[in-house]
Amino acid sequence: MQSSKDFDLSRRTVLVGATASAAIAAAPAGAHAKQAGEPALSKFSLKVNGTAHQLELDLRTSLLDALREHLHLTGTKKGCDHGQCGACTVLVNGRRINSCLTLAVMHDGDEIKTIEGLGTPDRLHPMQAAFVKHDGYQCGYCTPGQICSAVAVLDEIKAGIPSHVTADLNAQPQLNATELRERMSGNICRCGAYSNIVDAITDVAGSQA
Amino acid sequence: MKSFTYERAQSPADAAAAAARTEGAKFIAGGTNLLDLMKLEIETPTHLIDVNALALDKIEATPDGGLRIGALVRNTDLAADARVRRDYAVLSRALLAGASGQLRNKATTAGNLLQRTRCPYFYDTNQPCNKRLPGSGCAAIGGFSRQHAIVGTSKACIATHPSDMAVAMRVLDATVDTVQPDGKTRSIALDDFYRLPGETPHIETTLTKGELITAVTLPKPVGGTQIYRKVRDRASYAFALVSVAAIVQRDGSGRVAMGGVAHRPWHVAAADSEIPRGARAVTARLLADAATTHENAFKVKLAERTLAAVLAKAKG
Repeated sequence: MQSSKDFDLSRRTVLVGATASAAIAAAPAGAHAKQAGEPALSKFSLKVNGTAHQLELDLRTSLLDALREHLHLTGTKKGCDHGQCGACTVLVNGRRINSCLTLAVMHDGDEIKTIEGLGTPDRLHPMQAAFVKHDGYQCGYCTPGQICSAVAVLDEIKAGIPSHVTADLNAQPQLNATELRERMSGNICRCGAYSNIVDAITDVAGSQA
Repeated sequence: MKSFTYERAQSPADAAAAAARTEGAKFIAGGTNLLDLMKLEIETPTHLIDVNALALDKIEATPDGGLRIGALVRNTDLAADARVRRDYAVLSRALLAGASGQLRNKATTAGNLLQRTRCPYFYDTNQPCNKRLPGSGCAAIGGFSRQHAIVGTSKACIATHPSDMAVAMRVLDATVDTVQPDGKTRSIALDDFYRLPGETPHIETTLTKGELITAVTLPKPVGGTQIYRKVRDRASYAFALVSVAAIVQRDGSGRVAMGGVAHRPWHVAAADSEIPRGARAVTARLLADAATTHENAFKVKLAERTLAAVLAKAKG
């Protein structure tokens, strides 16, 4: 666990600290058999939202945990941590992936874009503005992942990548609600804001066309 | 997650050699299945060999008119390749029926072939599972078995193989190209690549220790109407209850493989010759030795009806 000195003491910090202690207490069970209690570290760099970061982290650190716990970019959310919910979606070299299912060390030199890099409260990305306009959320927890995914979906359609519901594999895929729903199926919203999410994406797609 | 060491492989042969000499080593490419299983400590490699830097991410034409798909080609890129869409539509369709956009962007061709079953008892480390812990028993037999296999099962395991892509590759007669730790290469027909569970369900393929998949080769296009139909519990982002990959020619002949019914993509040569006689005749051959549970017996009828829909669509 890297120092969390940049955080004010909060409920979250206390919880993280408690988890770390529990992990250390459990270590003799053989998790670090190689060098008694020493997790393997690795040095690498990530370019996140245009800024280069040098990191030295436990090899087991997921890209998601590197972003949240070490770079303190907490916009990207941890939902299921198993690639099933899409809350952790970020853009790596322009492509959307689940940041929970990849090791940070495997992204040495990659360009990562998170929700913080898409827009700011003062200068919203068009997709962020459309989610606000169409009320594309309720609790908001899945929203950063939904927005990162939605931005990539429009690029994927533009690039001619077909989907499960594309009728003609050899034609340019259409931009309609059926396509958007299928392409967004990796992002779960437990509040059920799906119809407004489709409206928001359709709005942005229309203004781009 | 258990601790591990990590290296980036420089060449396919080096990767295979490193995997053979390092006890507990595993290759990692997309990682979308392996890391999921490592978090749950179902997979506990002590060393990871990252193969992402190997130049195995191309799709190239072969001298005899087929396609050679590099092991690292991502599922999205394979599904979207113009040659695949035109000449091997069943493969594009199968890929697009699987996983989510995020996962397809990361998952590789070889990793898709090697993904592990989604049997809930394999995932639940509190339950016995011969695949996860050989000799511990099978909790799926007598358990909740709605998703499980109906053909090719054993007393040790009734898990299914979860891949859609592999079902399409089976119907396309794909071969798996590999490099072994001594640098020798070989090609394995997909039919010989996957094993049935038998007494050793933890051994899923015929790959040897350290052997690395470098590519999957498709023979030259066979034309025909190519269809992949997947039936699942929700319309998207779910594993198959039953899936059908079919290639049907104008003269009514064709080939069929099924997913969601066995420990590997399911194909029976004798069943293909029944295609002109319809879905019931094909399914009777394909699932002749079906051994169902009370909960998955519906898959036999579902398979027949799914195939009937596919054959009707192929007729146009």
